[in-house]
Amino acid sequence: MKDSLTLLSRIPAHPDSRCWFLAWNPTGTLLASCGGDRSIRIWGKEGDAWVCKSVLGEGHQRTIRKVAWSPCGNYLASASFDATTCIWKKNHEDFECVATLEGHENEVKSVAWAPSGSLLATCSRDKSVWVWEVDEEDEYECMSVLNSHTQDVKHVVWHPNQELLASASYDDTVKLYREEEDDWVCFSTLEGHESTVWSLAFDQSGERLASCSDDKTVRIWHQFNPGSEQGGAGSGTDPTWKCVCTLSGFHTRTVYDVAWCHLTGALATACGDDAIRVFEEEPLSDPQQPTFSLAAHMARAHSQDVNCVAWNPKEPGLLASCSDDGEMAFWKYQRPEAC
Amino acid sequence: MVGPPGGGGGLENANPLVYPRPGERPTTAREQDEGLPDAIDGREVFDLIRGIHDPEHPLTLEELNVVEQVRVQVSDAENAVSVEFTPTIPHCSMATLIGLSIKVKLIRSLPERFKVDVHITPGTHASEHAVNKQLADKERVAAALENMHLLQVVNQCLSGRS
Repeated sequence: MKDSLTLLSRIPAHPDSRCWFLAWNPTGTLLASCGGDRSIRIWGKEGDAWVCKSVLGEGHQRTIRKVAWSPCGNYLASASFDATTCIWKKNHEDFECVATLEGHENEVKSVAWAPSGSLLATCSRDKSVWVWEVDEEDEYECMSVLNSHTQDVKHVVWHPNQELLASASYDDTVKLYREEEDDWVCFSTLEGHESTVWSLAFDQSGERLASCSDDKTVRIWHQFNPGSEQGGAGSGTDPTWKCVCTLSGFHTRTVYDVAWCHLTGALATACGDDAIRVFEEEPLSDPQQPTFSLAAHMARAHSQDVNCVAWNPKEPGLLASCSDDGEMAFWKYQRPEAC
Repeated sequence: MVGPPGGGGGLENANPLVYPRPGERPTTAREQDEGLPDAIDGREVFDLIRGIHDPEHPLTLEELNVVEQVRVQVSDAENAVSVEFTPTIPHCSMATLIGLSIKVKLIRSLPERFKVDVHITPGTHASEHAVNKQLADKERVAAALENMHLLQVVNQCLSGRS
């Protein structure tokens, strides 16, 4: 198991600060990082080395918590503790801030683009999730304000190919939303975590959702369609999501992030115990009651909390991570033989 | 995260019990030998937080028995520091601010490798779970410390000026 995760390089991405989040562009050629220094850095590969191509420094007044690339790769959205979300337009290697989305009462914690690129979701400590509509002139209009959570909303993520949105919260739940007659509605609440849910990741098919929490576990939720045996009878047209697996006993502190590789199916976690772990589904396990095993465990992957893990969308096994120590690291993951 | 102290006039706990301070830590010969590594221990961590001032009183957390050396757990090998603090009254609205001050002091003072956990002594506060959860949420703590007013209040508790 030891050799399944190998360090490729380590870079002081946000020195003397905290590196909060990383996001690969859709072609996997650029990596955006953001942090407590209020800057966004864009990294690209030159030869074998990752070098900083641009610094986006003047968009936000406070910590930049998360960044997200549009599906076309031409826009980057950034969510900040200054209560705004900035939209940056890419022009070769330069980025220009073309819109600032205001409306949240306080810290914006996460931002995500829908797969169509025409919708954007943001969430905040003000307990709300906002869905924004994007038009061709870079105009953003708020379509819906969702107040389903009772606490701070930590993360938003879209289904990989449907207009279905998921959010994770300090209220220990995950909520799922869909559009209904020009408005957005919460159609399901996933309960089970015993503390703050920090992050979410869909698998490649979108039939499964992984959630990670301050309760030191990762849960795998599976979608059951109405009418199916597990979906139950008479629950209308919405699918039912049920927890089919809980990964407990592996992490010793808060799990801050989870990433599901859409190329290989490997599930990586970022933990407050400074470690990165990779889990694989047992090949012969029942899809409706899957078993996941620990395939890699890199203790002291960073010198402080690991905040984010991100699989490259094109190169199987290339994983990026970042930490409170301000560094980011690149790893090569190879599935162990026995797995 | 928390409001400013003393906003509405009267003190919540006007007559707190004041406890005598134990003596200073005696320095051993081993500690004076700079050739020997010195692990961080409970007394050293306690020394960092005992002088933090209560937001309401001109007294230290040690004098109010809010912090005690027996409620400081340190494992230098495991990079872990855990502190329990005891609010003077179970409805103390300053509990989060006191906890935040302890946490900030330790994060600023200890080597970065340490994981710092600050909790309320079990059973001593009405909102124990909510306060513990806030103090454990590093994102909320980070956002709170970017709030200049709150940072000023915390710094006052840490410097002893009021």
